[in-house]
Amino acid sequence: MNPQKLQKSFKKTNNGMLKMLPLILGILLLVSMLNILVPKEIYVKIFTGNVIFDAFKGSLLGSILTGNPITGYVLADNFLKNGVSLVAVTAFLTAWVTVGIVQLPAEIYALGKRFALARNIISFLFSILVALVTVLILTIF
Amino acid sequence: MKKNANRNSWLFLIIILIVFLVVFITNPEKGNKILLFYRHLLAQVLPILVLVYFILLATNYFIDNQKIKKIMLETSGFKIWLLTVLAGILSVGPVYMWFPLLKELKDKGLKDRYLAAFFYNRGIKIQWLPVLVLYFGLKYVLVLAFVMTLFSIPQGLLTEYFSKPKSIK
Repeated sequence: MNPQKLQKSFKKTNNGMLKMLPLILGILLLVSMLNILVPKEIYVKIFTGNVIFDAFKGSLLGSILTGNPITGYVLADNFLKNGVSLVAVTAFLTAWVTVGIVQLPAEIYALGKRFALARNIISFLFSILVALVTVLILTIF
Repeated sequence: MKKNANRNSWLFLIIILIVFLVVFITNPEKGNKILLFYRHLLAQVLPILVLVYFILLATNYFIDNQKIKKIMLETSGFKIWLLTVLAGILSVGPVYMWFPLLKELKDKGLKDRYLAAFFYNRGIKIQWLPVLVLYFGLKYVLVLAFVMTLFSIPQGLLTEYFSKPKSIK
């Protein structure tokens, strides 16, 4: 083990965790408020049970909202516990980690407008497909 | 960009706290219920965060982003697809940290298809997989990661197709 490299890794990890902390604490409070204040029927009204539309809505939500993976997992787990289908939750999770609306300006700046727009739109559509295929495989096996 | 992301995190927490305080003042009963639920969630998430800390530490120690970049530029053919998938899965840190490196790769001639596939595989986030397993189970995570890896290839090809400027006849 390289002590210098280890020290650098500790510093980087500590910085990363400290930066994530306010977001995690905030999202946990948001999830707590949603659980207590929002009636469970709302989820049923938004996610109607239509596989394609629910996946589309899940993907849309995952694309708009942003944050580190753990916040996405907590939200997805909350959706699932409130009766949202696995397809919609998977579309949400996949869009959460593959579509980046918030960082779009930076992506356009670094890699070009056409690339950034094409990548994000295709990622959005693919999150629906990935969700459908994933749940199909899980159902078969 | 980094500072902005950090500031936005704090801003987000402050906004949520203000909303909570408004709820607590107007309806103390609901406020107390929220606090109880929050404590329950924190108790669930804190041990996971400790696990995440050590996984991030290990990835920061063992994975070198510069090495990934060098290998990607020196490879071609089928191997580059394989490397793109692996590099995407293994890449760590927030995405904005990668933009300068990806821009450099693009400027040096790396095709858009590989860049897009790299981005897509970043979604698998290997360092977070144990956490995802805790929430959704191993079978779900394996299937999702497998499907995402498969879809990263058409994702790359389609992104390249649509991002190419169309010639005017």
